Amino acid sequence: MSYTFQGYRRANGTFGARNLVAVIPSVICANDVGQAICRQVQGTIGYFHHQGCCQLPIDLKRVTDTLSNLGQSPNVGAALIVSLGCEGTDHERLVEEIRATGKPVEIIRIQELGGTSRAIQAGIDAAQRLVQQISGLQREPADISNVIMSIKCGASDTTSGMASNCVIGYVADKLVDLGATVVFGETTEFLGGEHILARRAVGGEDGPVGRKIYEIVDRMEKRAKSVGEDMRGGQPTPGNIAGGLSSIEEKSLGAIVKSGHRPIQGVLEYTDRVTDQKGLWIKDAPGREPEILTGMAATGAQIMLFSTGRGAPQGFPSMPVVKICGNPNTYERMQHDMDLNAGRIITGEKTIEEVGEEAFELLIRVLSGEMTKNEALGYFGSMDIFCLGPVI
Amino acid sequence: MEELKLALKVDDLDNVATIFADAITDGTRVEVRDKKGNMEEITVHGDVPYGHKIALCNIARGEHIMKYGECIGAASCDIKKGDYVHVHNLEALRGRGDL
Repeated sequence: MSYTFQGYRRANGTFGARNLVAVIPSVICANDVGQAICRQVQGTIGYFHHQGCCQLPIDLKRVTDTLSNLGQSPNVGAALIVSLGCEGTDHERLVEEIRATGKPVEIIRIQELGGTSRAIQAGIDAAQRLVQQISGLQREPADISNVIMSIKCGASDTTSGMASNCVIGYVADKLVDLGATVVFGETTEFLGGEHILARRAVGGEDGPVGRKIYEIVDRMEKRAKSVGEDMRGGQPTPGNIAGGLSSIEEKSLGAIVKSGHRPIQGVLEYTDRVTDQKGLWIKDAPGREPEILTGMAATGAQIMLFSTGRGAPQGFPSMPVVKICGNPNTYERMQHDMDLNAGRIITGEKTIEEVGEEAFELLIRVLSGEMTKNEALGYFGSMDIFCLGPVI
Repeated sequence: MEELKLALKVDDLDNVATIFADAITDGTRVEVRDKKGNMEEITVHGDVPYGHKIALCNIARGEHIMKYGECIGAASCDIKKGDYVHVHNLEALRGRGDL
């Protein structure tokens, strides 16, 4: 059986599920100008992050890489870089790399243009041109193997590991079998379950991929301990505990269920993009929403399936986020935020396979243009880039 | 007679089950089911909120608590069959500064 979705074909052969003009501030200091442009020009979204200056070189490179990858995302049709002029990120590299994918790119420089109001005016003019330039592009059929699906769970409770994550695992297996790419992360939430993932690595637990899985978990655990603190109190979160999750191990064992059962092909660093990798991959990223959603969109994922038990409402500016709710009571209370009710598995009304098929159909509809609940509500303003060192 | 509330046991190795029902109070009897359809009635000790766990057997202090067939922590005190199991008597073994 073959499946297709309706996507926007990009010059570099990728297919987008959206056709957006991305307004990309190269530094936090350019956010207000970017926001003014987005408020005025339809068809734009903004990547309003909090980084880009007074950071260690490794992090400045990381911020530039991430913003470049976001601009290269298949869901982005054109980009407008908003530079202050004195920041630490390499804004000229952003223009070059995004332009190299065949997309129209413009840049405005706030200091050079004479300040805020003049930059906003120039930015609105540029964004308007870009939107008009790409808005006539038509969707066309694309094979499902062109999909890069990211997966994540947030605001979890004990229903997540027993219902909604099982549904995502079902969809992940199906997509891998159809030749597509699936990326999961949340390294913190491998603690206590890393041996299960390492055994699923290509080449086994003792091969390079298996060893790398142990290495990234060890790195994350040491980072938490390095400030002399205990992870308990931060993970599981108070909401997880109220939802019945008693330890990070219990949370992790439920969380990894969403990765399904297929072999793990490799580990991507936070700034790595998917180019021709197929199958199931890990991205080394923490579990908190703004940082991992940013990392996944920067990977090139056109869509995310997001499992929740207590009700996480947020999305991401350029990547539709499909909310699959494992808790039937939460779904009842938060229907305006939840896209699919996997709580019917808990109540015994449906099987994992039945809800899994519903989720797969929804995935294709959203890839083809149907808005998720958070997209329709515009609930996708918060994002951030996961950095390693301190602000200096 | 009112139908018994359900508790779910995920794996054969598990010594806890999760109850997906409201109004579970001290003395409530629940029916524990596993994937094979085996059933066992257990009397709950303590008030257990929706989605929280109970012990399926006595668990001595220091013994591993198992769910999904894997260790999710250790008993921080002796736990009796039917007891409510959560952060008050289960301690994580990972991500700690003191181990």
